[in-house]
Amino acid sequence: MEFKTFVFYFLSAVLLYAAARVVTLRNPVHAALHLVLAFFSASGIWMLLQAEFLAIVLVLVYVGSVTVLFLFVVMMLDIDANRMREGFRKNMPLGLGVASLMIAEMGFVFYSRFSGHVESAARQAGPEYSNVKEIGRLLFTEYAYPFELASVVLLTGVVAAVALTLRGKQKNKSVDPSEQVFVKAGERIRILHMPPEKME
Amino acid sequence: MLTLSHYLILGAILFMTGVAGIFINRKNLIIVLMSIELVLLAVSTNFIAFSHYLQTMAGQIFVFFILTVAAAESAIGLAILIVLFRSRKSIHVDDLDCLKG
Repeated sequence: MEFKTFVFYFLSAVLLYAAARVVTLRNPVHAALHLVLAFFSASGIWMLLQAEFLAIVLVLVYVGSVTVLFLFVVMMLDIDANRMREGFRKNMPLGLGVASLMIAEMGFVFYSRFSGHVESAARQAGPEYSNVKEIGRLLFTEYAYPFELASVVLLTGVVAAVALTLRGKQKNKSVDPSEQVFVKAGERIRILHMPPEKME
Repeated sequence: MLTLSHYLILGAILFMTGVAGIFINRKNLIIVLMSIELVLLAVSTNFIAFSHYLQTMAGQIFVFFILTVAAAESAIGLAILIVLFRSRKSIHVDDLDCLKG
């Protein structure tokens, strides 16, 4: 067995194990940490496919920020793990059945259709080839407008996340006119009955 | 010798792990969000495999945009979870019935 094939099977095994643990673990913190492992192994598989830029972006963006965001949220929320597990056993047969059926279907199709695509030696990139350079060239020429649209998507995401979670202080002291109109005289003034003090 | 179908079958198994995760954890919104990340990872792996074996860069560019959208999606999804928890004091699916659906 070629070494590259061994690396592929090793990374795939780790990736599938981590993915299975993500969906079956009881503790969401452990699930998030297994998600880190899954992203890291997937990054290795992308590296085998000579997509170096995306492999590194996956580690930086996903391991570095998205899973950390997950961990923050999991730790901020007060989660009742036992209550969350309701229906886990009940839905398990359906989920596993649908999953294995669809894996079998997709596997038959892929194996019969794409097993002829082997890597030829001519397709291996030479040492002077740079994946990052190539992606950069495409992003700034052919895909310049989609690239700018992606920045708009990210800006929308930032604004939406901040606007949703912002709980700013009520800074201005403006009054509500409707409350002002409905106020009654009895609420404005309060008459106290005090006994007169006696002079000694 | 590794063929394209190796990578595609890996992507299929990963994809269905994510879908099964959505099935069996449907009471747990956080795990559902993580399962969506797994599904997107499987799709991206397929794109990169095709991009490598068919020698076109378009697949890798598409994965770049998938990563962008997925990051924005998870940030907004988690923000919605925070707001939900703040207003209802729970993120359990059975408690989210104020729309009487």
